[in-house]
Amino acid sequence: MNIVAVGLNHRTAPVELRERLAVTEARLPEALARLKRWPGIDEGVILSTCNRVELYAVVKDTELGLESLSEYMVTIAADVSPGEVEPHLYRLDGADAVKHLFRVAASLDSMVIGEPQILGQVKEAFEAALAGKSTGVVLNKVVKKAISVGKRVRTETGIAENAVSVSYAAVELAKKIFQNLAEKTVLLVGAGEMGKLAARHFISAGVRRVLITNRNYDRALDVAKRFNALPVPFDEFHHEMAGADIVVCATAADSFVIGPEDVQRALHSRRNRPMFLIDISDPRNIDPAVGTLDNAYLYNIDDLQGQVDMNIEQRLREARNAEDIVRAEVPSIVMWMKSLEVVPTIVALRHRANEIQRAEIERIMAKLGDLSPRQRALVEELAAAITNKLLHSPLIALKAEADSPNGSLFAETTQRLFDLEKELQRMSSESSSEQGRRE
Amino acid sequence: MNVLFFEVTLLLYFLGTVLFLTQLAGRWEKGSHASFAVAGAGFFFHTLALVSRMIEAGHIPLTSMHEALSFFSWALVLVFLVVELRYRVHILGSFILPLAFISLISAAALPREIRALEPIFRNVWMHVTLSLLGTVAFAVAFIAGLMYLIQEHMLKSKHLDGLYRKLPALDFLDELNGRAISMGFPLLTLGIITGALFAEFARGSFLNWNAEQIGALGTWLFYLIVLLGRVTVGWRAKKAAYLTVVGFAGVVFTLVGVILKGQHPFA
Repeated sequence: MNIVAVGLNHRTAPVELRERLAVTEARLPEALARLKRWPGIDEGVILSTCNRVELYAVVKDTELGLESLSEYMVTIAADVSPGEVEPHLYRLDGADAVKHLFRVAASLDSMVIGEPQILGQVKEAFEAALAGKSTGVVLNKVVKKAISVGKRVRTETGIAENAVSVSYAAVELAKKIFQNLAEKTVLLVGAGEMGKLAARHFISAGVRRVLITNRNYDRALDVAKRFNALPVPFDEFHHEMAGADIVVCATAADSFVIGPEDVQRALHSRRNRPMFLIDISDPRNIDPAVGTLDNAYLYNIDDLQGQVDMNIEQRLREARNAEDIVRAEVPSIVMWMKSLEVVPTIVALRHRANEIQRAEIERIMAKLGDLSPRQRALVEELAAAITNKLLHSPLIALKAEADSPNGSLFAETTQRLFDLEKELQRMSSESSSEQGRRE
Repeated sequence: MNVLFFEVTLLLYFLGTVLFLTQLAGRWEKGSHASFAVAGAGFFFHTLALVSRMIEAGHIPLTSMHEALSFFSWALVLVFLVVELRYRVHILGSFILPLAFISLISAAALPREIRALEPIFRNVWMHVTLSLLGTVAFAVAFIAGLMYLIQEHMLKSKHLDGLYRKLPALDFLDELNGRAISMGFPLLTLGIITGALFAEFARGSFLNWNAEQIGALGTWLFYLIVLLGRVTVGWRAKKAAYLTVVGFAGVVFTLVGVILKGQHPFA
């Protein structure tokens, strides 16, 4: 048994490819169900955000598992070939996979180090996996741990200070186009999480007038109420663009929502007052041709990285502390995973030997009749000596192999040879009821 | 006395230019106070130089090209100090100080003697002051336009470092540009009118179609179009920046023509 991860992110793959492989919220249950049935996969979690598509799984065989997961990755999109995807994939297993997940949750692997969204996205991915019953003992523990590591990093290091996120980067850019954001109007196209976050950033930066449009108008109304903004019907938002200084586009549409002619018309009515258009949707919602128009400044998610890089150096110092926390947390979970196989086997083996020993002593005592305490002690000593001597080398070998890649093989062999399956089942049901009591 | 003040000013503007250009290129954040202080000190000595020259001459010292350029440079630095104190756009100094220094060193290269003023030129200072203040406004518009074009380029090319961080927001620069033009244009208009009246008074003709008069009228027409374009059809932002940068080239060309040919009555 091992934990493996296969994925691609903003560093390894272009946005176009990430877009195509992205698993939308709507498709996630189906994708998880399919992952669960995929050959060689025992447990699975899918983490799909604007910047990454990652699969985490528990597999029996590491190599086959990684191969199998990579194959699954290619099947996410109908129109990509393995040759397109493979060069962008990273494959990790064991401690590396755990460490990667911890780093992701701690926002150390994010485009903007310390950005706050990823932790929520990991939680959502985990909740979806729980709902789809695609996780088990191992991933439940590992992902929960990752979330707690993420929280710890945020509170114990300065990585999240001077909040920098894609949205914040957009606000910073806006301030280089518009001196006074208080008198500017923001048009939010798409009321999803990313869009709302961006709107929140602009409002806290002083923007007072916010228009919100969404394909589902009820949702626009709902979000508009919360932001004290004006709802705009989706089929009318193009008319409102003339009054919008900043357009934030974050819909789930898979084609362009705003084209160059829309912006050209808006600019004309605005008498060429600059417009700042931010495309934080994935796939892109604003035609890149908009960026070539005079006085229109178009930035997409990848572009915002440029802005963000400026602050990264500063954050790298804090990130070093965060890395220390991650490094310190990885070994315990890896040991736990190993022990998951070896330690219970050792305990079960000891337990079984002791039980046989006790039963045999009882039996022989009944036959021997009255014995002096000394004689009784000698019989017990003899029984104990035989079991201990017999178990000595298997136990030593098991403990020694606990940390090696063969640990699981040894554990499985021991379980078969000594018929420990029932014992282990009894132990795990006991421990889980104990855990239930503790919680 | 005014010569000493003038030399000190020249030295301080040179130092200020070096400091401001260093900041433009590097990351020397702490230098901003020093450069502002140097510019302020330069302005102080410059004012002393102008006042002492006025006392020595007994009339407003705007009767030679040397004096005109010196006044131009003084007004530019004044604009910088005011804008800096009000809006904290420190980087403006990196553009204005070099221009002020170039203008002042050109003044230093021209004949500096105080000339006895013929009675006929008694009131010429009004024409000169207005024209020069108009030119200062156009220079500020030029600088705002230049900064706009640089920032615009940074934002378009998504090169978000260096100057991008130091330059102010686009709409601020556009507004500075617009305000400078709308202040400069009436000043130039009045400058031309007073000049024509003066010419009529001194020579009996409003216009004699010499190069700098044609240049001045061309400049006036150009900025009229720029201003009307902004107000009516939205020639703002990048277009306005571009036009004012080009337009100022015309202003400089006219000025250089005036200096080289020495035709202008007071040159």
